[in-house]
Amino acid sequence: MKKILKDFSRNQKEVVPILHRVQTEYGYIPPESLPEIAEHLKISESEIYGILTFYKAFSLVPRGKNIVTVCMGTACHVRGGPQILDEMERDLEIKSGRTTADGNFTLESVNCLGCCAIGPVVVVNGKYYSHISVQKVGKLLKEYKST
Amino acid sequence: MKRITHPEQLITWKNRLLERHAPGKKTVVISSGTCGQASGSLQIIEAFKKELEKRNLKDEINLKMTGCHGFCEMEPNVLILPNGVFYKNLKTEDVPQIIEETLLNGKVISSLCYASPKSDEIISDCEAIPFYQKQKRLLTADNVRLDPTSIDDYIICNGYQALAKVFFNMTGEEVVEEIKKSGLRGRGGGGFLTGLKWELCRKEDGEPKYIICNADEGDPGAYMDRSLLEGNPHSVLEGMIIGAYAIGAAEGYIYVRMEYPLAVKHVTRALAEARTYGFLGKAILGSEFEFDIHIVQGAGAFVSGEETSLMASIEGRRAFPRQRPPFPAQSGLWGKPTNINNVETWANVPLIINKGADWYAGIGTKKSKGTKIFSLVGKINNTGLVEVPMGITLREIIYDIGGGIKDGKKFKAVQTGGPSGGCIPADQIDLPIDYDSLTKAGSIMGSGGMIVMDEDTCMVDIARYFLEFTQEESCGKCVPCRVGTRQMVDILTRICRGEGKEDDIGKLEELARTVKAASLCGLGQTAPNPVLTTIRYFRDEYEVHIKEKSCPALACKDLIVYDIDPKKCVGCLLCKKSCPAEAISGERKKVHIIDQEKCTKCGTCLDVCPPKIRAVSKYTGKKMDKILKKRQAKRDNP
Repeated sequence: MKKILKDFSRNQKEVVPILHRVQTEYGYIPPESLPEIAEHLKISESEIYGILTFYKAFSLVPRGKNIVTVCMGTACHVRGGPQILDEMERDLEIKSGRTTADGNFTLESVNCLGCCAIGPVVVVNGKYYSHISVQKVGKLLKEYKST
Repeated sequence: MKRITHPEQLITWKNRLLERHAPGKKTVVISSGTCGQASGSLQIIEAFKKELEKRNLKDEINLKMTGCHGFCEMEPNVLILPNGVFYKNLKTEDVPQIIEETLLNGKVISSLCYASPKSDEIISDCEAIPFYQKQKRLLTADNVRLDPTSIDDYIICNGYQALAKVFFNMTGEEVVEEIKKSGLRGRGGGGFLTGLKWELCRKEDGEPKYIICNADEGDPGAYMDRSLLEGNPHSVLEGMIIGAYAIGAAEGYIYVRMEYPLAVKHVTRALAEARTYGFLGKAILGSEFEFDIHIVQGAGAFVSGEETSLMASIEGRRAFPRQRPPFPAQSGLWGKPTNINNVETWANVPLIINKGADWYAGIGTKKSKGTKIFSLVGKINNTGLVEVPMGITLREIIYDIGGGIKDGKKFKAVQTGGPSGGCIPADQIDLPIDYDSLTKAGSIMGSGGMIVMDEDTCMVDIARYFLEFTQEESCGKCVPCRVGTRQMVDILTRICRGEGKEDDIGKLEELARTVKAASLCGLGQTAPNPVLTTIRYFRDEYEVHIKEKSCPALACKDLIVYDIDPKKCVGCLLCKKSCPAEAISGERKKVHIIDQEKCTKCGTCLDVCPPKIRAVSKYTGKKMDKILKKRQAKRDNP
């Protein structure tokens, strides 16, 4: 944590950039990091808690090894995005926003990735998959199940 | 390269680059924005690299990786220069053939060319493709010419010339006047006159002043800002520096949504290059003007696209909107005068300065000037980003550029303006597209999303989709927005489930009025628009959902069943094998049956049933009840 905080000034505007960095390093925001961030920025812990729970990007619990994001944008919606998410939930046996018990997958949805032309779109660990159909879901997840 | 400290140096440098440039050289231009990369453009580039190396052609043939060319449906695609041949939907296996036949022997490979969906005519010349022909590509023109990670490419395309012109030939006031004269209006949603906005901020006394580029493109279905930042980031930076000079700002911020990693990467690089060349920082171009730009990443909150929320977010607070006035021009970032424009607006600025306000004002309609980039998506043949002059009709966009509706289906409506906009029905297809006509039709221009819907799209479901979106994204500050949208979602969900009540439409209208009138920011004030326009144009669909418990578009999951016609089914096992829920039973050459209790209604069986057979269909309303009863009877007396 100290090493991370060294890169940031003590101005409050750094709070979101710091949280981004912490999440990149640890995969989530460990609750025990909050006092240190608060001390660095000289703002209260509760304020940081308020900020990090306001923004969807941050998670206070560890996330899965593989992050599966299903796009729920309008273009993906009319091309069957909700059915893709349904199938993902069924296959992984978790609801969107949750992590599987073995910690292998976190399933998330996003409002729009801006790749509307090639929808429905699914992103796994930053890799984009275009024109996904319900049929392709099983095969796609299988690729990551063994890892 | 050293800092450029004088306008003449910029010209000398450009000329030197042009000498090295060799315009006639054979070049493979690869469209590689996020869409392109998602479709495999990076693999195509690798294949070209390997093959050129293998054949020892590295010095003779250039490879150029650019941003998005707009024709996303055809990704991955390449443009072969100098002859302008366009190859689409490529696979890595196609690469050796392209090098052998087209690059070395000048032959066109017709199987890789675009074919008109109407006439099957093969069109090899990129500019002759109808998708491009009817567009007026001004902002997006250079996307095919430049490598977005190279400032030199931008300079070759006359980059930073507008900046030099402004710094040494115009006062700040004159720049504001020029932008005012051009008639440019904000491309982010509101459509406020950009020049006027600049003037208000310029006249304020507070110091320092800030400018912001709003790149928190949150409207689902709109991605032109992403494409501009990815494909031509310097055009946005140049616009911002000119704006800072005109307004007298010392610092600028680009607020980009975190969902756009490639845009962040390209902008970050562009900023570093612009600093090295002396277009940012102290003594820009040798003048006394000092200005720098910082990049801030969002954190996944739609409301932060609203200007006051965005500023709160930059300051390191929760993205809550606040009351206006005071407007950002009076009291913005850290209480100082601030000017916010969106990406596309900023990108228009260098163009206006270079070619003049009169030229710009000659494009478009009386009150809407210039071009607008739309993202044409949904149930349309040619999905992609299209740049068109304001005033073009919906028909020209959908049929001439977009190539009509997918799979020969019927055009039903187009949704513009994202969650703040509305649905325009098919009978208004000759509507000219500009700020005022869209508002009159009950929708808005918004940031330019254009989602095409066909007969299979349910308008009640679309209204529910958008309300669910705004309800989830409501920051919770105002009760009417927080609670009102929740009530509206509940009613709409009920209607989509077939549990609608007689007075639901009236209730929705009443709630919509309250939410619109009593919310603080744009999110709440416009959130009911998708509901209001769908009620206005598709009231009958609501009524059928409520009274007959059926969904005419066969889209609402709870109001449909899938069933296999025993007379048509040949027992090929295709649907049985592909059903993810294992809800289909049957043997080879025997009729298959769907277990309605297991069926998740994903539609896979309908998709895989061969078109010659078409045994699977969707049913709603009375027919659906009949099927369910029949199945029930069979279960009771097997």
